[in-house]
Amino acid sequence: MKKILNNKTRRTNLMTYLLVIVTFGVMQSLSSAGMLGSSMKGFLVPICVYVSLAVSLNLLVGICGELSLGHAGFMGIGAFTGILVAALLKEKIPTDALRLLCAMGCGGLMAGVVGFLIGIPVLRLRGDYLAIVTLAFGEIMKNIIGNLYAGVDSEGFHMAISTSKMKMEAGAKYIINGPLGATGVQKIATFSMGFVLVMFTLFVVLNLVNSKEGRAIKAVRDNRIAAESVGINVTVFRMKAFVVSAFLAGMAGALFGLNYSSVTATKFNFNTSINILVFVVLGGMGNILGSVISATVLYVLPEAMRSLQDYRMILYAVVLILVMLFTWSPKVKEVTSVMSDKLVRIFRKKEVGTNE
Amino acid sequence: MQILQYLINGISIGAVYAIIALGYTMVYGIAKMLNFAHGDVIMVGAYISFCVTNYLGLPAALSVAAAVVVCTLLGIAIEGLAYKPLRGTPSLAVLITAIGVSYFLQNAAQLIWSSSPKNFTSVVAMEPISLADGQLVITGEVLLTVCVSALVMVGLTLFTGKTRTGKAMRAVSEDRAAAQLMGINVNRTISTTFAIGSALAAVAGVLLCSTVPTLMPTTGSMPGIRAFTAAVFGGIGSIPGAMLGGILLGIIETFSKAYLSTQFSDAIVFSVLIIILLVKPAGLLGKQIQEKV
Repeated sequence: MKKILNNKTRRTNLMTYLLVIVTFGVMQSLSSAGMLGSSMKGFLVPICVYVSLAVSLNLLVGICGELSLGHAGFMGIGAFTGILVAALLKEKIPTDALRLLCAMGCGGLMAGVVGFLIGIPVLRLRGDYLAIVTLAFGEIMKNIIGNLYAGVDSEGFHMAISTSKMKMEAGAKYIINGPLGATGVQKIATFSMGFVLVMFTLFVVLNLVNSKEGRAIKAVRDNRIAAESVGINVTVFRMKAFVVSAFLAGMAGALFGLNYSSVTATKFNFNTSINILVFVVLGGMGNILGSVISATVLYVLPEAMRSLQDYRMILYAVVLILVMLFTWSPKVKEVTSVMSDKLVRIFRKKEVGTNE
Repeated sequence: MQILQYLINGISIGAVYAIIALGYTMVYGIAKMLNFAHGDVIMVGAYISFCVTNYLGLPAALSVAAAVVVCTLLGIAIEGLAYKPLRGTPSLAVLITAIGVSYFLQNAAQLIWSSSPKNFTSVVAMEPISLADGQLVITGEVLLTVCVSALVMVGLTLFTGKTRTGKAMRAVSEDRAAAQLMGINVNRTISTTFAIGSALAAVAGVLLCSTVPTLMPTTGSMPGIRAFTAAVFGGIGSIPGAMLGGILLGIIETFSKAYLSTQFSDAIVFSVLIIILLVKPAGLLGKQIQEKV
């Protein structure tokens, strides 16, 4: 135990897991004791979803150093795949939890496969150009999902990207109905499954970051040419980060989709991608614990300010700008670094005192 | 004849994209930042013009002038308050701040003007010209948009090529540190760029809403993203590139809507962008910079 606690990375990782477990325990007991308002209860699953999305995007932006503006696209793929799988498996797997797991797995796989296919051309680009291409892919995915039709009738499963090609029997029920999105979805998402998702995401990302692969990915971020010259295959490692990130986003998306009775493709637009990016940047690039905290706080913040009505989003914008100015502005940094130096000195003295 | 009509419509919407894209490209060239708030400055410009004509009852030309003045001041204020303190920090920090500014503008507009759409009256009072027995119609908006964007293009090229400020801008975008050593006031040059970009955004806002008359707090975001794509398309940082990219994007959009698919026009436009970037990673007219170790 002591050995684990002496290692700084392990300590942070342990803290991250503990924080999530404790928060889950507290929320779960509060909720079963009936002490949570209905609006707060409604936040629990989306918070888990956004935490996983933020952590998975952090893998791409913070650890791999590639700015992606299309994360919501993978989320959308996951959501609609998940909804489809859950609807098709309704008879075969009657247990909700098991079906949800299947849906999440399929959502993740689908997003991962699409991520791989997109990654082949996209990862040839770098920096701002990569960002704009991920933005473009996000919009394309939203556009395609928004025109997708799927449904089941007596002849079996049908799927098409236009109404005219959709040869469904009259009166048969659509699972996904083009621009109207998926309607009549059975809400099977639970907070416990959200917790499992967050833990799984953390487990995958933290282990990846602290492995040989993770160090290679970081090396590519810090200096691509140096990494290449010591024999690291840059494309392979960027691809790994990209696909893992897409896979996790797909899983989170599936959970998100199955948490509402109707979902449209417009939900997975550029603004959602940007929101996830804001969580990552405010939590600290490459800082997984930071992503977890900032996603939770920033998701709840605008909702908690609901009493301010029209002013809440304006306030959110101001908070966002001020936080960026305070954390990054060189002048503010100077002041805070002097302050923290002083604090550290005071604490050090105390520590030395107690040890003796 | 039909194809000519589509071409004219495409060029017209493309010219609006081009003017917006010029703002993106100039700011990117000099400040090396993606200014996501640019689309919302367009919206502010359109609202100002709308208010001046509808509430004050002043003529259209005055309303455009008012929009340009307000947006210029707004651009300078945004740059000074939100972006200047972050100069020299990682580009992602500035990007998030720009997103914050974008949220701020959209929600401020929603507070002031409410989210219900306003019907924008076109600034052009001209009968459409009918050619070839009414098969080809050129509206006043189309003429105005194309003329204005051509003027802006020529004006900007002359400005960056001939004037002292314009040369300073080019110098700053080439090498900021060296420009500073040569006695160029970098901060003021960047402010000027933002002022010009925002003034162009105001013009674009008025033109855009004259063509598509619904005005909402989110009016600017989609054309903003489209224009940003156009800027990248033509090679971000290059003025003729933004112009070419904007017009090509407008034409591709109109043609794909007319001949391929209305629903998938977004997907088609963005796919073309991706293909172009894969073939020419720096855009159509962008400079490919060799990376040195």
